[in-house]
Amino acid sequence: MGLEDLQHNFLTGRMEDLVKWARRNSVWPATFGLACCAIEMMSVGAADYDISRLGMEVFRASPRQADLMIVAGRVSQKMAPVLRQVYDQMMEPKWVISMGVCASTGGMFNNYAIVQGVDQIVPVDAYAPGCPPSPETLLHAILTLHEKIRTGEITRRPGTSVPAGEQATGGWVPSVPDAVRVATPR
Amino acid sequence: MSEHDGRDEVETGLEDTERAHREAEERAVFVAETSEGAQELMPRGTTSAGELRQEVGAVLRLPEGGYVDPGDIDIDRRDDQTMIINMGPQHPSTHGVLRLMLELDGETVLRTKPIIGYLHTGMEKTGEELTYVQGATNTTRMDYLSPLHNELVFSLATEALLGIELPPRAVWIRMLMAELNRMSSHLMWMATNGMDLGSTSMMIYGFREREMVLSFFEKTTGLRMNHNYIRPGGVAADLPDGWQDDVEVICETILARTYEYDELLTGQPIFRDRTEAVGNISAEEALALSVTGPILRSTGVPWDLRRTMPYLAYDKLDFDVIVGSYGDNFDRYSVRLNEIRESIRMVRQIAEMMPPGDYRVQDRKVTPPPRARIDESMEALIHHFKVFTEGFRVPEGEVYVAIESPRGELGCYMVSDGTSKPYRMHIRGPSFVNLQALPLLLRGGLMADAVAVISSVDPVMGEVDR
Amino acid sequence: MSETAPTAAPVGTTAAILPEVPRLPDRLVDQLAFPHRETYHQMVSAFRDGGFELCADLCAVDYLTHPGRTLPEGVNAERFEVVVNLASLSMRQRVRIRVQVPESDPVVDSIVDVYAGADAMEREAFDLMGIVFSGHPDMTRILMPEDWEGHPLRKDYGVGRVPVQFKEAPGPR
Repeated sequence: MGLEDLQHNFLTGRMEDLVKWARRNSVWPATFGLACCAIEMMSVGAADYDISRLGMEVFRASPRQADLMIVAGRVSQKMAPVLRQVYDQMMEPKWVISMGVCASTGGMFNNYAIVQGVDQIVPVDAYAPGCPPSPETLLHAILTLHEKIRTGEITRRPGTSVPAGEQATGGWVPSVPDAVRVATPR
Repeated sequence: MSEHDGRDEVETGLEDTERAHREAEERAVFVAETSEGAQELMPRGTTSAGELRQEVGAVLRLPEGGYVDPGDIDIDRRDDQTMIINMGPQHPSTHGVLRLMLELDGETVLRTKPIIGYLHTGMEKTGEELTYVQGATNTTRMDYLSPLHNELVFSLATEALLGIELPPRAVWIRMLMAELNRMSSHLMWMATNGMDLGSTSMMIYGFREREMVLSFFEKTTGLRMNHNYIRPGGVAADLPDGWQDDVEVICETILARTYEYDELLTGQPIFRDRTEAVGNISAEEALALSVTGPILRSTGVPWDLRRTMPYLAYDKLDFDVIVGSYGDNFDRYSVRLNEIRESIRMVRQIAEMMPPGDYRVQDRKVTPPPRARIDESMEALIHHFKVFTEGFRVPEGEVYVAIESPRGELGCYMVSDGTSKPYRMHIRGPSFVNLQALPLLLRGGLMADAVAVISSVDPVMGEVDR
Repeated sequence: MSETAPTAAPVGTTAAILPEVPRLPDRLVDQLAFPHRETYHQMVSAFRDGGFELCADLCAVDYLTHPGRTLPEGVNAERFEVVVNLASLSMRQRVRIRVQVPESDPVVDSIVDVYAGADAMEREAFDLMGIVFSGHPDMTRILMPEDWEGHPLRKDYGVGRVPVQFKEAPGPR
């Protein structure tokens, strides 16, 4: 016996890839459904557009146990500090998907009551347009986020400087088939 | 902190603590900003008699000259014996961004104060900036579970001000869509109510059925939600070919599945224990609090605007008004379940009785011409342009129109000053008014019942906060 | 649609309630009544005793930019109006009450002791329009944050539109 008997039974890889695989395949969303988009988010969690196949059907109410905050709906001025507080309570690594046009830019409500884009309050990783985005659009956003997790560095925090050599816009180039890459910029 | 790059090794520690202090300060500001001051529930010592009455849900008029001595309410309780806790606005069980402050004695709820406004979108102000053609896109997002009802009430108010008469097919298409939307809203309610009580399979079943209705909506209106389909003058497009078959499949499937829900929930002892005699309200209290809809009907009052003050063509349909007896959670559940069955009955009648004809009024000043005619006729092009840029002018006046939405009386009070935009558009959201019943419903119950009761009141925060 | 003088013979039992208050007919509701601020509370109580069990809606309107609206004789137009829609379940009728509220003294009696359901509606009218309801147990803001300044639904309060960055010309929309 000895190590020579075990020659063909090892797989090697990078630790970073393993960590990223684990992270992107069990992203647990925090319940942050605000308005109409929340209903479509619930539809994504239900049987027809199941996100359980992505490991994400457990919507954790406690931000301590959540990885992803899907801001689904319009953020009013009264809600903005609450949003920031919940985001701060989430543990690293955390991501934010801004679902719907109201969360992305204020949507059709360009007035005194709505924050014009949740990226004024929290850093956003993926934007899902639509009013409300259909469940397929939200799934596309989630898959884009998974792609981002797969290709991003595990030690880089959102908002910090991008290492030299990467592009100014976002800094990541997805290497996925065109079917998924339809709307993401290069 | 790029300017300090060269000196990082020496001064990292100091900068980190400074940054940590600064961030903590910013966070403290945000934490302080989440407190809403006078809108919150205060300890008994600092609450006036009138406020205390509100928070324990004492709604009936006191005898002349009477007042409530704060010591009379929960006479043994002092401020240090009770606990004020905050529930929400981000909470899995509050149906959106509803914040509740509860005063608890152990598990028993004594006082409640709902704090709303976390979804306030300024839709009434936005409504004054949009034309009547665009107005339906705004109102449809208020009660986002039954968007077609919002569009319907807005369109009915506009048409009342305009004084126009709709072709019969437009009226019947509107009724069909409204009843299908009632079905999808009640199915959604059953899904979330089931989940709040612990039955995750009810959540999946409710959404599965709802998807059938939503795909019919997508086929007809183009969108699954927030359709902007019912517009002043009629509807945006005619029903697609083969709609009768689609509708019949929906009706048959959902009707059979409502009997499955009976097996899953109605007869089940755990469900009955959790919902019977929980959240009781009497008819007088409900009327005093202006509560309408399934909550009022569960107390025994047969007030359904489709029957008592019919709009559209509801007087030509044969349906029953479902009424409960005890005003508890179980009655509200069975009222809504049976309203799904009544809606199926109505949809089948509408499918048989649908008249042929125009799907919108032919008045070119109100509705845009068909797209094909724009190439042919100059007037059609001009009318199209005017309707979509400037909008149509509505004569001066004011009107209040109310319909029966799945949550209660949905009203639109509209004032017009003769221009193409409403002067004042106020929507009476049923959930906004029904939430006033919460202190009464929650008093004396347990904390776990609070979740079930909120769910049975069925608030949709979009129309609460507008 | 509406006339400037009340019709000759009011019909129905609602007309018998405080008949001296000016009224107008309406297509959809039974009547529009225009009590003065002082008789407003009394009129609402009278309607409640006369069979109108449900207060359907209470809202406020700011007529700053539309002063020329139709009102019956004897009613002076003021900047604000408080509009109350009542419904009778037994008679299947609706009635609307409109009270003029001046800008200099925007105070009206609260009808919470008559209809408990007017509580949240009055708070909303206070929050968004700035009309104070005296006698209301909890006259605080309900929709806006507590430290908000101003009353958003007033006509002199702007929409608060943020200019969209990529548009060059600041057009009307």
